[in-house]
Amino acid sequence: MLYYSVKRFGLALLVAVVVSFLSFQLLFLASDPAIALAGEAATEEDIIAIREFYGFDRPVLVQYIDWLGRFIRGDFGYSYYFNLPVSELILGRLGVTFQLGLVAVLLAIVVAVPLGVAAAIRPNTIIDRTALVISVLGQAMPSFWFALVLIVVFSVNLRWLPASGADSWQHFILPTIVIAYFAMPAIMRLTRGGMIEVLSADYIRTAKAKGLRPFKVLFKHALRNAIIPVVSLAAVQFGFMLSGSIVVETIFAIDGAGQLAWESINRNDLATVQALILLFAMIYVMINFLADLLNAWLDPRVRVA
Amino acid sequence: MKPLLEVEDLVVDIPVAGGDLHAVRGIDLSVEKGETLCIVGESGCGKSLTSLAIMDLLPTKARRHAARIAFDGIEIQSLRPRQMADMRGDRMAMIFQEPMTSLNPSYTIGNQLIETYLAHRRTSTKEARDRAIDLLERVGITAAASRLAHYPHQLSGGLRQRVMIAMSLMCEPELIIADEPTTALDVTIQAQILLLLAELQRELGMAMILITHDLGVVARVADKVAVMYAGEIVEAGRATDVFASPSHPYTTGLLECIPVPGKTAPGARLGTIGGIVPSLVGDVAGCAFRDRCRFAAPTCAEPAPAQTASVGHSYRCWFPEGARMPSTVEGLVHGH
Ligand SMILES: Nc1ncnc2c1ncn2[C@@H]1O[C@H](COP(=O)(O)OP(=O)(O)OP(=O)(O)O)[C@@H](O)[C@H]1O
Ligand SMILES: [Mg+2]
Repeated sequence: MLYYSVKRFGLALLVAVVVSFLSFQLLFLASDPAIALAGEAATEEDIIAIREFYGFDRPVLVQYIDWLGRFIRGDFGYSYYFNLPVSELILGRLGVTFQLGLVAVLLAIVVAVPLGVAAAIRPNTIIDRTALVISVLGQAMPSFWFALVLIVVFSVNLRWLPASGADSWQHFILPTIVIAYFAMPAIMRLTRGGMIEVLSADYIRTAKAKGLRPFKVLFKHALRNAIIPVVSLAAVQFGFMLSGSIVVETIFAIDGAGQLAWESINRNDLATVQALILLFAMIYVMINFLADLLNAWLDPRVRVA
Repeated sequence: MKPLLEVEDLVVDIPVAGGDLHAVRGIDLSVEKGETLCIVGESGCGKSLTSLAIMDLLPTKARRHAARIAFDGIEIQSLRPRQMADMRGDRMAMIFQEPMTSLNPSYTIGNQLIETYLAHRRTSTKEARDRAIDLLERVGITAAASRLAHYPHQLSGGLRQRVMIAMSLMCEPELIIADEPTTALDVTIQAQILLLLAELQRELGMAMILITHDLGVVARVADKVAVMYAGEIVEAGRATDVFASPSHPYTTGLLECIPVPGKTAPGARLGTIGGIVPSLVGDVAGCAFRDRCRFAAPTCAEPAPAQTASVGHSYRCWFPEGARMPSTVEGLVHGH
């Protein structure tokens, strides 16, 4: 297990370095940052001055190492648009998005896994069909539309929950539901498919032959094996939630990292965009690393691989 | 004495494209306490489905009905699923054909052995663990205590099947059904495992249904033999009787397929039974063996009657056994 963990960690680190270099590079490929920073009325001299001031004229590798070094020390640069150090700008908002994504993915798991199991036990019955309809709806319905429906029903008509802002936990209920519903179908389908496959495995027949009760057969012997790929999927989805919650954060006016990313891209706020991209990438790599560890813990065959 | 297991007119149907597959077509079995019944027959004749039907472990789409499936006088068809589960693993146990996939890859073998015991006995984990170690030693696994922490993928096929045997013995069942327990294993360890089973069975006084292709093994361990063909038992009786005077042409054919030390010339081709098994989808009329039978006659298109060769030795064939003298048997078998 230790050897496996170290190996996975090394791999994660390698991916992190490559991803950080690419995200650093991508920005230069998209547009010349000096021209962007200088603005439309700038002269040729202004641009050259800016280029020198920011060090954009140095070799790429030097710039990258310099940038990475500052990044590791927690210095993410200064946002001229927001007039704040980027680190200050990001930290609180990242926390909001992180919480939202985590709770949403947990909610999705809590709903989707039992639903998938129920559908797998009785394939092609009313339970299975209902689960299928729910999951197809979740995939077909655009998030913004579902969000608006929830707002109309629960905020405008029933007045149970606030429609926008992030001041209390009540504010997070609707956005969490929207994100969770988006994540749910894939988890449900994977659980259902995995369970159907596992339930026909020989070792399930063995478990029954030993006289174990159906509950134990289902949850100890079947689900444990069917859940392994679901763990990886949930991790990927969580990473996706972080960077993909722009729509939801905008609709519910939540000051999260998604909204910040959207705004800083529009404003050409280079330092913020870079910091966000790198942070998202690092979080993503870390989540996948943790999912790998969880997988190894769940599946003893992986540990030796 | 009342038999431990009595099966009467067992039928298993599986819905498939084009109708019902009549995989098991009305078989009778009985096993006394402590007795070994061997079921032989070629691949696909319904041996596994028969044993799964007795354990109530058939695939969900399969349908089972029988005039009677009684275990120790209890009609298991009228048991509730819960009561049946209590019986399985405790009073009747099964060893499967596929040792490589019959253990759960996610749990240690210790876990899987112990849970069997705890499912049926009110006892401590410690006691269950001691019993697991004891049984692993009895099935010939060395360093048993440390093996408990191993996962199935860390064991060879032979070891896994030994673990399966130990697992089936955890609660000292009265009946053990071993469905071709060695087919998936190396030839070199097949005999070891079978002898181990036979030895444990004698020691513990269990009854055993042993399903096997290996007639050599049958000759050594069986008290009774049932020969299955296309979902039916075509001949059954005490092993000595069946071996001494095989009465169904299919049985004779099977026996011709075994190499006999000293009799079969080295390098001589062994007999095989030519032809193929008819489809069991839809209605099956008459004797299912007639297309492959040398003695087939127009009457064979009618269902074959049950005949008695001697006390407790019966077969299903239109012709009295006298019709097939050993000299004519040879003609039945191709390439002898
Ligand atoms: N789940 C299933 N679905 C469809 N057909 C099945 C199923 N299980 C078994 N059968 C069919 O039923 C027949 C009897 O199968 P069974 O497994 O009992 O044979 P067997 O005598 O055990 O053969 P083998 O020696 O190969 O194990 C075969 O024709 C098989 O194809
Ligand atoms: Mg079989």
